[in-house]
Amino acid sequence: MPDETKGNDQPSPVEAGGNAAPERPATPAPPAKPAVPPAAKPAAPAAAAPPKPAVPPKAPVPTPQPWESALVTRLKGQYGSGIREASTYLGQNYFVVDPTILTDILRILRDDERYDYCVDVTAVHYPKREEAQFEVIWILYSFAHNTRLRVKTQIKEGQEVPSSVPLWPTANWLEREVFDMFGIQFTGHPDMRRILLPEGWKGHPLRKDYDILLQDKEWVQINLGIESGQ
Amino acid sequence: MSDAKIYSQLESISSSEKPFLDSSELILNMGPQHPSTHGVLRVVLKLDGEKVLGTECVIGYLHRGVEKIAENRTYAQFNPYVDRMDYVAAVSNGLGYCESVEKLLNVVAPERAQHIRVILTELNRIASHQVWLGTHALDIGAITPLFYTFRDREEVLKIFEKYCGARLTTHAFRIGGCQYETYEGFEKECLKFCDFVLPKIDEYEELLTTNRIWIERTKGVGVITAEECIALGATGPVIRGSGVRWDIRKAQPYSGYQKFDFDIPIGTAGDTYDRYLVRIEEMRQSVRIIRQAVEALPEGPIMAKVPKVLKPPVGEIYHSIEAPKGELGYFIVSDGSTQPYRVRVRPPSFVNLQALDLMVRGRLVADVVAVIGTLDIVLGEVDR
Repeated sequence: MPDETKGNDQPSPVEAGGNAAPERPATPAPPAKPAVPPAAKPAAPAAAAPPKPAVPPKAPVPTPQPWESALVTRLKGQYGSGIREASTYLGQNYFVVDPTILTDILRILRDDERYDYCVDVTAVHYPKREEAQFEVIWILYSFAHNTRLRVKTQIKEGQEVPSSVPLWPTANWLEREVFDMFGIQFTGHPDMRRILLPEGWKGHPLRKDYDILLQDKEWVQINLGIESGQ
Repeated sequence: MSDAKIYSQLESISSSEKPFLDSSELILNMGPQHPSTHGVLRVVLKLDGEKVLGTECVIGYLHRGVEKIAENRTYAQFNPYVDRMDYVAAVSNGLGYCESVEKLLNVVAPERAQHIRVILTELNRIASHQVWLGTHALDIGAITPLFYTFRDREEVLKIFEKYCGARLTTHAFRIGGCQYETYEGFEKECLKFCDFVLPKIDEYEELLTTNRIWIERTKGVGVITAEECIALGATGPVIRGSGVRWDIRKAQPYSGYQKFDFDIPIGTAGDTYDRYLVRIEEMRQSVRIIRQAVEALPEGPIMAKVPKVLKPPVGEIYHSIEAPKGELGYFIVSDGSTQPYRVRVRPPSFVNLQALDLMVRGRLVADVVAVIGTLDIVLGEVDR
């Protein structure tokens, strides 16, 4: 999402110095929009424009800034364009990484950078995006550094994500919930079942195309013996 | 979830000491309607006699789709819904949500509002721990603490009711501050409650801390090490009971907690008894915080300048607070419209419940009841 505020991408490398500027074009963006990180969502700019005047005028609207640290430089040196984005928004750092190197990145963060506590695994559905409709997000915390970090990866409809259960047992239920709500499969998950909804339920409710009033009528009628759950 | 699948999964677990006939192995359903599962938790137990070989939690009976509802409400409209997750500590839920949206909006609640928030949240922490203590002790067989704790909790609920009209699902805070100014005599009543509750906490301790039955039932039961807590993401009193001095109020202070002087109690053994002591001490520390917050309650506005129609700029935020049960986090994605694009709640009860299997394996059925109690789960939050 933060990559929507593109207009500020031009000035920010200038402020940030020479480091960020050469990195940006290296991202594997489609040729049509070279200055734009790959996650660009064509639909949103129209929606994003009006809020600016509506927001209290005091503070300028914050935008994601390139995140520079030894860690970013090291990972970018090692994985190059696999690290699609490293930014800071409202003081919170996050990576956008390619799904193929996700497990490596998470392992490095856990073992070398001591992000030993996986706070949460969740996902967001962007049906209007052409390339990657889902964003899967790992929120990590380091007890040693007292810092938080988000690792995001973007996948297409139907694409699988490597499971992080081998790294953090806590991801077990969290990934099951993501599967339950979004239908995203995690490769290598020991027990990929629904967790909150009943097993026979059809559909994944947190997808944007799942209406708030929608339900699996058949399941409700068979299992609850009522006409409708509404 | 089809029962056949759960059972077949548990079938694969077998006792390490192979008996001549394994007729003593059986699968037992505990819940969803069971008084000691604190709501609608169903635990399928694989037993060898009375020994637990493995467990499988079946949850979702109370799933209301809170995160989906959020996407269809405005930021302000969703605020009362969060109270219905952890309904034992509704104020904490509201604080976490309001703070997250405020961060997204880049506003900070005025100092007076922050103090009121801290006072109410800490009162709620005491109330939540009282509910936990009463029910936990009841599960283990001590009936008296339930009456004591519920009697004393009433005083907190009275303050809530006077402040905002509701006792449990308070909706006490608004995005940007507080809706209501404190009522006349609020400070006095809070301080009176502090003086009232401290001897009561001693009274609970007199009933339990040195009680031989209580010690037998809790010491060495449900042991979890600090490493296991971190790997399983267990937070709150669970990780502190295992000796990790980590509390978000200290580690990453929010709502002005850095101004208050308080200690983080920790345990050493990581068992049910240590978690009990941690929570008891947390109640005392909450009293300390309330006293300081009331005494330093500044004058001034209680609402920051926020527009009538909330439209946070495009972006996302993760913000978490120390709820009575552990780390309660909100991950909010804004697309610049009046409704959140996505709200993810990181529920402490859900994540802590995952540790149940590890904590009860090899123990007795009666210990399952003790461990469910010591994890302090609320099913409204587990299932959301």
